[in-house]
Amino acid sequence: MGAPDGKVIALVGNPNCGKTTLFNALTGSQQYVGNWPGVTVEKKEGRMKEGGLRVMDLPGIYSLSPYTMEEIIARDYILDGGPDLLLNIVDGTNLERNLYLSLQLLELGLPTVIAVNMMDDVRAKGDQIDCGMLSQGLGVPVIPITARRGENLPALLSAVEDCLQRGRGPARRIRYDDATERAMGRMERMLNQQGVDFGGRNRFYLPKLLEDDGEIKDRLALSEEARRQMEQIVQDYEATSRYGDRETMVADARYRAITELCGEAVIKNQRPGAMTLSDKIDRIATSRIFALPVFLFLMFLMFSLTFGPVGRVLGEGVEALMAAVGNGVRTLLDAACASPWTYSLLLDAVVAGVGAVLSFLPQIMLLFFFLSLLEDSGYMARAAFIMDRLLRKLGLSGKSFIPMLMGFGCTTPAVMAARTMENEKERRMTIMLTPFMSCSARLPIYALFASIFFPRYTGLVIFAMYLTGMLVAILCGLLLKKTVLKEDNSTFVMELPPYRLPTLKSMGLHMWDKCKGFLIRAGTLIFLMTVLIWLLQHFDFHLRMVDDMSQSIFAVAGSTLAPVFAPLGFGFWQASVALLTGLVAKETVVSSFMLLYGCADKAALGGILATAFTPLSALSFLVFVLLYMPCVSAFASICREMNSFKWAGATVALQMGAAYLGSLLVFQVGSLLL
Amino acid sequence: MWRTKTLGDLRPGQSGVVLRVSGQGALKRRLVDMGITPGVAIFVRKKAPLGDPIEVNLRGFALSLRRDDAVKIEME
Repeated sequence: MGAPDGKVIALVGNPNCGKTTLFNALTGSQQYVGNWPGVTVEKKEGRMKEGGLRVMDLPGIYSLSPYTMEEIIARDYILDGGPDLLLNIVDGTNLERNLYLSLQLLELGLPTVIAVNMMDDVRAKGDQIDCGMLSQGLGVPVIPITARRGENLPALLSAVEDCLQRGRGPARRIRYDDATERAMGRMERMLNQQGVDFGGRNRFYLPKLLEDDGEIKDRLALSEEARRQMEQIVQDYEATSRYGDRETMVADARYRAITELCGEAVIKNQRPGAMTLSDKIDRIATSRIFALPVFLFLMFLMFSLTFGPVGRVLGEGVEALMAAVGNGVRTLLDAACASPWTYSLLLDAVVAGVGAVLSFLPQIMLLFFFLSLLEDSGYMARAAFIMDRLLRKLGLSGKSFIPMLMGFGCTTPAVMAARTMENEKERRMTIMLTPFMSCSARLPIYALFASIFFPRYTGLVIFAMYLTGMLVAILCGLLLKKTVLKEDNSTFVMELPPYRLPTLKSMGLHMWDKCKGFLIRAGTLIFLMTVLIWLLQHFDFHLRMVDDMSQSIFAVAGSTLAPVFAPLGFGFWQASVALLTGLVAKETVVSSFMLLYGCADKAALGGILATAFTPLSALSFLVFVLLYMPCVSAFASICREMNSFKWAGATVALQMGAAYLGSLLVFQVGSLLL
Repeated sequence: MWRTKTLGDLRPGQSGVVLRVSGQGALKRRLVDMGITPGVAIFVRKKAPLGDPIEVNLRGFALSLRRDDAVKIEME
């Protein structure tokens, strides 16, 4: 017996319930698994390995109330998207809170199957869950599984197929306390008289109306009269309880129904409040004394492994590989008797340009390996917990910490990581400030200039650049908080998920996912940009190839732009052009200088730069490099994440403004002092 | 002046029973959705190293919230 093709199953559940693990197990698709609450903001789809059912992975949500972006997405899809079946996955170790969502889902009346996940952890704790009894109480199939190990998945699949074939919703409905049922009954009668069409979803709409869900009222297009009468019913309802407020009363009614159900079906081994393994780990990981040292040590470890010897050796491997590719291409060109410009285009631009970017691939892989280790294990939530107090002062929250940290590696993925934040204001702010964290591509520029102009203080100058970036981020944060992004409705309510040992498979999928994105970008956008720059470098406005680069389009554009930079101390066209090419990838600033001055090696370049810049203008140039607009790939991801040209534009304006002002300040104040 | 006792008044290691969740809007919605409803027992596990937010245990899971949010939760 096979389920009919094209039917859609929606996977719904709380954050951290293992929903994505189940999605991977069912579809074998690449989908990231995280422990950070709300990691799947996008709607992801897959096709079942067998049978051809479509599976929709919805964002992790705690409730069907439209509170965060994710909950709105999920609710809209469930209400309007028309899934044929809801597969509700619940964390067996945290049943009460997970079932809170289940009750709301069941009220939709759709065919539903509940999977109780993490049964291995439940057994390890010595707890027992009677799924038969839960199934009886909820009126839908309840299947115990362990998604991580693929345990009992065949039983789950056959329950799903069964349920799809019958095509019927829950066999019974949950009864709430008398006062709640009475209020809902009165409301139903009144609204029926008013001619309101529930579309058969009475049982879903009534509690939502009772708890004051504004969007539902609009959905049902309630008349003034209906709203007025409803308020009366609610007032009577509130008068029956000493808490006297509808939101709490409805939530309470749901949790009471759950407690009653669990009281029969769940046997807990531990007494409440006992120390779990996670509590024991947290005795050190979030303790007053050790939290910060442990945190700093982990960060140090991550960065030193990624950007230190391991990452560098791997990066050099890629460079060697690209050199071999270059030689291969040269041999082929020799054989084909290619013209000189073909050599230049393919070798200087394509192989060298794309290769320079690809050499970052190992470091990006390592960075994501550690980040997914931190996330999947549950430590990220702790890092947010530890850092919240500090970041809050800047109008950010603990959850901003991860993107900011990743910004030291590469701005592009860092900006994407801000997705997990629920507060729009804080998310935007995080995206705007993350580019100020000096990414690894800027390091070669600092290193070059510092070694030429400040040979005795190289380390100090580089360190000062990182500090300056953070300082500017703090200043901009304070500025934004006081101006455009000032309304402070920010809250921080975050689950601290239990520590879990991440599986190699899920980390591997995650790493591959990120690297795939990076490779695609290197193959398309960066490839095109390097070709474009090469053209601009080698052709003049009459589209003739030039021998002397000072005649090229770039040189002319650079000369036009140069006066703008004069007040900053570097008003010559080579500097402007180098900065322009830096927009593709910041590390190209160095190679551009080499091309533009026609230097064969860094020593020769050092001699020329020493005459073109003074130590002060060099410093001013470095500050500009640090702060100005991130590369095109970062810009592309900022555009995508902001989902608004206005905000993306504002971000670029902020970077450019900060860079110009910062450099101006360094050069002008420095000139006065010296 | 007499003031209602809130979750913000509890020190680490102390526990209490929720009386009601005051305030309104998204925060209140989220708090009750997370199971902070009247009658539920909350145990304050610890403060973050910098003093805020706090970590609490309820209904078998761990939640962190800021002191500013915790004072909205009135205790018996």
